Amino acid sequence: MSESGMTLFVIFVLATLLGVEVIKKVPALLHTPLMSGSNAISGITLIGSMVVAGWGATRLATVLGTVAVALAMINVVGGYLVTNRMLKMFKAKRDPNAPS
Amino acid sequence: MSRAWIIELAYLAAAVCFVVGFKWMSSPSTARQGNFISAIGMLVAVVVTLLDQHIVSFTWIIVGGGIGAALGAWMAQAVKMTAMPQMVAIFNGFGGGASALVAAAEWHRLALPQFEFPVGTAVSIYASTLVGAVTFSGSMVAAAKLQELISGRPILFKGQHIVNAMVLLAIVGLAVYLTREHAAGGWFLVLNGLALLLGVLLVIPIGGADMPVVICLLNSYSGVAAALTGFVIHNHGLIITGALVGASGLILTQIMCKAMNRSLANVLFGGVGAVAGGPAGTTTKAGHVKSIQPEDAAALLAYASTVVFVPGYGLAVAQAQHQVRELADLLEKRGVDVKYGIHPVAGRMPGHMNVLLAEANVPYDKLYDMDAINPHFERTDVVLVVGANDVVNPAARTAPNSPLYGMPILDVDKARQVIFMKRSLNPGFAGVDNELFYLDKTSMLFGDAKASLTAVINAVKQL
Repeated sequence: MSESGMTLFVIFVLATLLGVEVIKKVPALLHTPLMSGSNAISGITLIGSMVVAGWGATRLATVLGTVAVALAMINVVGGYLVTNRMLKMFKAKRDPNAPS
Repeated sequence: MSRAWIIELAYLAAAVCFVVGFKWMSSPSTARQGNFISAIGMLVAVVVTLLDQHIVSFTWIIVGGGIGAALGAWMAQAVKMTAMPQMVAIFNGFGGGASALVAAAEWHRLALPQFEFPVGTAVSIYASTLVGAVTFSGSMVAAAKLQELISGRPILFKGQHIVNAMVLLAIVGLAVYLTREHAAGGWFLVLNGLALLLGVLLVIPIGGADMPVVICLLNSYSGVAAALTGFVIHNHGLIITGALVGASGLILTQIMCKAMNRSLANVLFGGVGAVAGGPAGTTTKAGHVKSIQPEDAAALLAYASTVVFVPGYGLAVAQAQHQVRELADLLEKRGVDVKYGIHPVAGRMPGHMNVLLAEANVPYDKLYDMDAINPHFERTDVVLVVGANDVVNPAARTAPNSPLYGMPILDVDKARQVIFMKRSLNPGFAGVDNELFYLDKTSMLFGDAKASLTAVINAVKQL
């Protein structure tokens, strides 16, 4: 493995450990929003898709990149919005004006 | 400072935003800000990517991005909370699909004679293709099962594991061949097709009841797919972010497996729903079952001082979350202390039941997870179990030969009285009889959960 490949791998392992530590502290109460939120983040592939779609190295690459941008964008936008929609519903005390 | 520096620093800032966002998810009072800062991180990453010197035209980015953003926004708005697991599976699949497509596009560029195609990059591309395509097709099958477009029953055939292993071997073999013969586009297509097939093969033997585990695992895969894309295009931001998501999915997978008393290998390869479904009723003590009328159940609840509701997925199927909350309101007005005990697998994905109850305006400080509620049962007058069964079965503690043995459960049998709302005496997913039904302290209120709850609500109003 090349020097830079090794660096990338080190980053990957350390980030995984960091993720485990931070995410272990999320309570079961919020596990669904956690999943949809982390899902939105996994749409970060969007940035790879954008480079490929905008580069236009080959015509096929542009087509594949554009479809990838669309898919990743659904993942990102949908993921964040649905997470926000869920988190909005979690209230500590009952709102007396809430419809019953 | 050079442009490359600015871009790297911006990706680092985005990654920091994601970590802070996860951290703020640890409390419901800060979770919304957490989601917001995470979205800001994503925006930073996207904007700075537009500065990338490889990008020569924005046309197709805008077209693809516009379509994707509109579709995503519409889906997020339209989805019902009960359908959240399918939605998450579909989003997952799209993320994985995007990773596979980026890998394919990069492959097509690097196969051109004027570019170098280093072995390290080739390995990343084939890994990214494999994980991305498996995530895509696996997620689509999982979503179809959850939406009941296809049967939730495990689909098993002879030699399944051997077929899966052969497909995986063929993929690896092709990848090795392709690192030598860059221009063999036909074989690269075959590799993609096999990876998609593998995703389908891996999910069809898993039963509907095990879908929570599968969704978590696919969530993890989509993170790994993003990280692998980072290896393909040498992007630190993607690697860090993908690793975070991969870790998140892995933790949730582990929690779900523990809650279901299964090893991951057993979920993935066991096909339990089909095999162990047989011995229903074998542990039956054929005891006496006491049934109860809504009026008597209402009196029991209304004159109790502490009540715990234990909702299961049957509650969501009956769409009775609002009735549960209404009953809790009435009881609280009479001075009864009401809590909710939520088992980790109460819904169809981790934390699902909490979302369904929050949607029905249940305040989250009344929602107790398993470890928090179990010490309370000894001091609880009445437990009302709605649409749950296996997760309260004491056989998990007492019967070493039961398939449930060792599974963590809600100890409702320690309460003074238990009321079960159930359609019939049918056993739960695991096909195991529940001795709780035959205890003296247990009363069964038979019927549809929504109808029963409405009857109890009316009876409480008249007390």
